[in-house]
Amino acid sequence: MNTLIAIAGLGILCLIAEIFNLRKAIVPVTIIGLLAILGLNVSEYMDLGLNTAIMERNEGFYNNMIVNNSFGMAFTGLFIVLTIFLVAMTPEFHKGHKAKLSDFVAIKLFLLTGAIAMVSFGNLAMFFLGIEVLSISLYILAASEPKNLKSNEAGMKYFLMGAFASGIILFGIALIYGATGSFDNAVIYSAILSGDLPGWFFIGIVMLTIGLLFKIAAAPFHMWAPDVYEGSPALNTATMSTLAKVASMAAFFKLMRSLNHEVSASYVAIIITVSILSMTVGNFMALKQNNVKRMLAFSGISHAGFMLMVLLNPPAMSGVLFYYAAAYALAGIAAFAVILYVTANKENEDIYQFNGLGKTSPLMAATLTLALLSMAGIPILSGFFAKFFLFSEVLKTGNVLIVIVAVANSIVSVGYYFKLILAMYTKDAAENTQKVPAAYGIVAVLSILLTIAIGLYPDALLGLLK
Amino acid sequence: MENILQQIGIENYIYLSTLLFCVGVFGVLYRRNAIVMFMSIEIMLNAVNLLLVAFSTYHQDAAGQVFVFFSMAVAAAEVAVGLAILVAVYRNIKNIDIDNLKNLKG
Repeated sequence: MNTLIAIAGLGILCLIAEIFNLRKAIVPVTIIGLLAILGLNVSEYMDLGLNTAIMERNEGFYNNMIVNNSFGMAFTGLFIVLTIFLVAMTPEFHKGHKAKLSDFVAIKLFLLTGAIAMVSFGNLAMFFLGIEVLSISLYILAASEPKNLKSNEAGMKYFLMGAFASGIILFGIALIYGATGSFDNAVIYSAILSGDLPGWFFIGIVMLTIGLLFKIAAAPFHMWAPDVYEGSPALNTATMSTLAKVASMAAFFKLMRSLNHEVSASYVAIIITVSILSMTVGNFMALKQNNVKRMLAFSGISHAGFMLMVLLNPPAMSGVLFYYAAAYALAGIAAFAVILYVTANKENEDIYQFNGLGKTSPLMAATLTLALLSMAGIPILSGFFAKFFLFSEVLKTGNVLIVIVAVANSIVSVGYYFKLILAMYTKDAAENTQKVPAAYGIVAVLSILLTIAIGLYPDALLGLLK
Repeated sequence: MENILQQIGIENYIYLSTLLFCVGVFGVLYRRNAIVMFMSIEIMLNAVNLLLVAFSTYHQDAAGQVFVFFSMAVAAAEVAVGLAILVAVYRNIKNIDIDNLKNLKG
């Protein structure tokens, strides 16, 4: 709870720093502040563990609006780490617009508050506010180059689709409120256990599901994602594909764990269909893309399909989801740090821009290779263990078909990741090399080291949610 | 005297808001003018507000009405951002027809 307030305060501090001409201090102060808040979050997590025998104790604040539990705090820690990486890359990416630096950093911090509210809500009002704060910040980031028509188009499409999805989510919340008479998760949960709910309660659950599938860009509702990812400035694409996607998925999971405790057979059928569709559509569309941002958008759609499998048996899956989310998001940050380096001052992000990177900048090429291999699920890297844990948990629920499709899809995904890797190592560079900016290099190496580290010690993350 | 909500019945409120919501949804799906699409999204959100207020009275619980204030504030912020994006689009292409935004494909 204190982390949420502290991050909102830090965002306001950024805006004030700009007024007092402290522009140079903004990024260092923000990063130090975020590290301090990460420490605060860890200490609150420790208190939670020490105070009680059961880790899954819920500590409510402000009339149960915010709930501190191990799920929310673990994800909060992950979001803070991701935001530190994204903020560290901001000054280098926006070096042409120094005057707007405080805005970009502050919006990222407000986005982080939205993400944290989404995973630590105890009341649907807080959930709605969180998802809206996150989405509105992303609309601004997507359209943050007003003179670039592509960025405008991305912002417009994202805004229309996002507002449409918010309307559907809101309608679902209203129906759930009508059925149970409360917005409080605990009250709704006990109302479900007592049974005897009107039919519109389930319509509300389905509408919430549809709205959140829009937000995580799963298959029938994914059409906005490739356009928005391609049109947005690259750093903001990185924000969307890592932080925003993981936050929406965690909120979806948390919501379904409490509202949909006994997953009904028809809901399992929905999840299996959507999951298989997202994986297949995402992977096969990614195979024919030439633009790297667009390719990673489709890769993100297929990863959303993988992550959706956790909804088949929510009570057992929180650790697996956290591990998968961390592995995917950290690999995504590493990949985007290299993409930002390669495509700086370039007109487009096509694959040929990466030709010969293996010779001109071996370190960055190796980082991108490892990040892509982790996303594809090659052993030693954390992406493999994420998929391994996910599949073995899903097998326990008895849905063999979806696991077979998922494994086949992982093999297909190797195809397009290797297209990029081959371009880096087998083709010759067309231009002279440019120096690797320190910020991109450090972020890329740190995040890839974290990816490898959590691959070597998976229990460190899985244990957080036990 | 009998409560007006009991005379009309909660179902009719649900039907009315669902109808309004569908008007908004079809507006977003079929109209190509960005401003009209924004208005349709507002209709969707206001249909939900109506439903929340009806349920609030039905349950004799103030939380639903407080939620309406949240959703109105959020909708206002959202439309402010949306209109800013719209102005940026208009400056570039001198038009607000969604069909003209077709640069991103593949």
